[in-house]
Amino acid sequence: MSTTTIAATKKKPYKSAHARHGGKSRRVQFIILCFLVPLFVMPFYVMIMAALKTPQYADVTTMWLPPSPFSLDGLQEAWGKLSPNLMNSFTMVIPAVIISSAIGSFNGYLLSKFTFRFSSVMFTMMLVGMFIPYQSILIPLVKFLQLVNLYGTTPGLILVHVVYGIPITTLIFRNFYVSIPKEIVEAAAIDGAGILRTFFSVIIPISIPGFVVAGIFQFTNIWNDFLFGVITISDPSKQPVTVALNNLSGTQTVNWNVLMAGALIAAIPTAIAYLTLGRFFIQGLTAGSVK
Amino acid sequence: MSQVRENSNPPVKRKKRGGDVKAAILLLPSFLIVSVFVYVFISYTIGVSLAENWMPAKASMAQGPDPFATYKNLFENPRFQSDLRNSFIFTILFLLVTVLAGFFIALAVHNMGRTKGFFRGVFLLPYALSFIVTGVVWRWLFNPDSGVNLFLKYSGVASAYKSIKGEELRPEWLTSATTVGDVSALLEKIIPGGQYIQVEMGIPLALIPVVIATAWQLMGFAMAMFLAGLVSIPDELREASMMDGATGSRYYRSIAVPMLAPIAITTLVILTHVALKIFDLIYAMSGSGVGFATDMPGIFVYESMYKALKYNTGAAASIVMLIIVCIVVVPYLIHSNRETKER
Repeated sequence: MSTTTIAATKKKPYKSAHARHGGKSRRVQFIILCFLVPLFVMPFYVMIMAALKTPQYADVTTMWLPPSPFSLDGLQEAWGKLSPNLMNSFTMVIPAVIISSAIGSFNGYLLSKFTFRFSSVMFTMMLVGMFIPYQSILIPLVKFLQLVNLYGTTPGLILVHVVYGIPITTLIFRNFYVSIPKEIVEAAAIDGAGILRTFFSVIIPISIPGFVVAGIFQFTNIWNDFLFGVITISDPSKQPVTVALNNLSGTQTVNWNVLMAGALIAAIPTAIAYLTLGRFFIQGLTAGSVK
Repeated sequence: MSQVRENSNPPVKRKKRGGDVKAAILLLPSFLIVSVFVYVFISYTIGVSLAENWMPAKASMAQGPDPFATYKNLFENPRFQSDLRNSFIFTILFLLVTVLAGFFIALAVHNMGRTKGFFRGVFLLPYALSFIVTGVVWRWLFNPDSGVNLFLKYSGVASAYKSIKGEELRPEWLTSATTVGDVSALLEKIIPGGQYIQVEMGIPLALIPVVIATAWQLMGFAMAMFLAGLVSIPDELREASMMDGATGSRYYRSIAVPMLAPIAITTLVILTHVALKIFDLIYAMSGSGVGFATDMPGIFVYESMYKALKYNTGAAASIVMLIIVCIVVVPYLIHSNRETKER
């Protein structure tokens, strides 16, 4: 509550100064932005319109028109085809997000609150893992999953996402904990709490915002993944929804209304997560970049 | 800045020379797992790329007479040559569009009052989508029979073009096999061994829709990064500059732009590595394209390994990808690591 009032009083002089100097250019900027909005919304519009059309009207030549005979057949057919894969995505994404965020928060805590030899080298070496093209580890990855009997299974895919999620979650939490004063940890140490106890009883309770940021970021990342899904799971009934959507789009006999409905279905979970928690999403975006 | 901080930070009483050994030991499991999945796995892939004939069933790392034969064949392969060309051109065009648009839109959005949140939300929404969804939707939009062409027709752009040029404006977009600005002849003279170039070194027109779709999806990311940078510039600085008589453009040139430089570098590095790795969006949107006009190293690796079952070739191409990405990313990581230490 108090923070919002502070922000409001702080903003006032800035705004008035701005109105004095940049009133006209600000109006021009507003108009330009208003022109850009339709350009950005247009693909969503076309996707939703096509999803609500009958097959014969979901044609390339009429894609800009709203559905004249309104129809839910496309959505129904796409749902029938994609709903098992949608469930696969959920059973894969939720554990992967929770586990990778938990590990990331622990690592972030260690890296931000303690100084030890090679800490920055270890951190940098881990960060490289979020930049590499995953194509360059696919062959040994499949070999490894076969070796531990997880190839082609959802737990296998969860493991892959957890491991390759560790760098980014560690980074997000390290940046998050840097802003928390070291004194909190030192006070706990004086009370006789060890590293682990301090983490569970002091750090975790104040980490909720960090978990929301890392969670939403990882949710969209893992939900939207295609490469790991298509490589580690070959059985179409077990594949995540992004892979199933691509399979659907490669099928010649599928109508556009079904395909667009499928794209809509695959997009909805992340779009909802984003629209409801967008503020945190932006935080994750900027916190997730190396500073 | 850093000096003040150092002085205010008296040497903390440390129990041990090496710092907190316990914390180091607790970090070790994550570090080791990630290291295995990154460095050991990459070494394995390098082994495959140098092996004579590695197969999943018979994983033999035995090298032939020339371990680099796979790489030599790879660079002589016209398809991979197009991939390198496409990757290069795609990255440049995509960065230009995305970073510039993201920067200017961020400046404008930052100046908005109550509508700021709305604009930010709209421009960032595509970022939440999967590359596969984007690819599927934009493939439809760039269908030559409709989509963007229909838009050009009804908006009057097409008829204006016809009256000026005298020919029909009907871009083929993704299905175009045309390459403009071929510099192969020039390259052959400059680069030793340039005669091995078998593809036209120009801009494949089919890449343009791909650039537009990718920029549509990632412009919001660039905008959000610049917005975060703009918010971090203290209001007092702006007011002081206005007080000193700085006009709007002067303020941006001498205060906003220099202060945004670090965030611009971060944005550039992240977007460059995304562009170099691009795979799913193009795979869903156009695949390899006519005459590999939209083929990318990422698609090449995937298809070599899992369609053609040429594991050695795929491994070698993926290592080339890795090296290119590392050239961009590693100096940046080392630099930002050093900066954090100084702080």
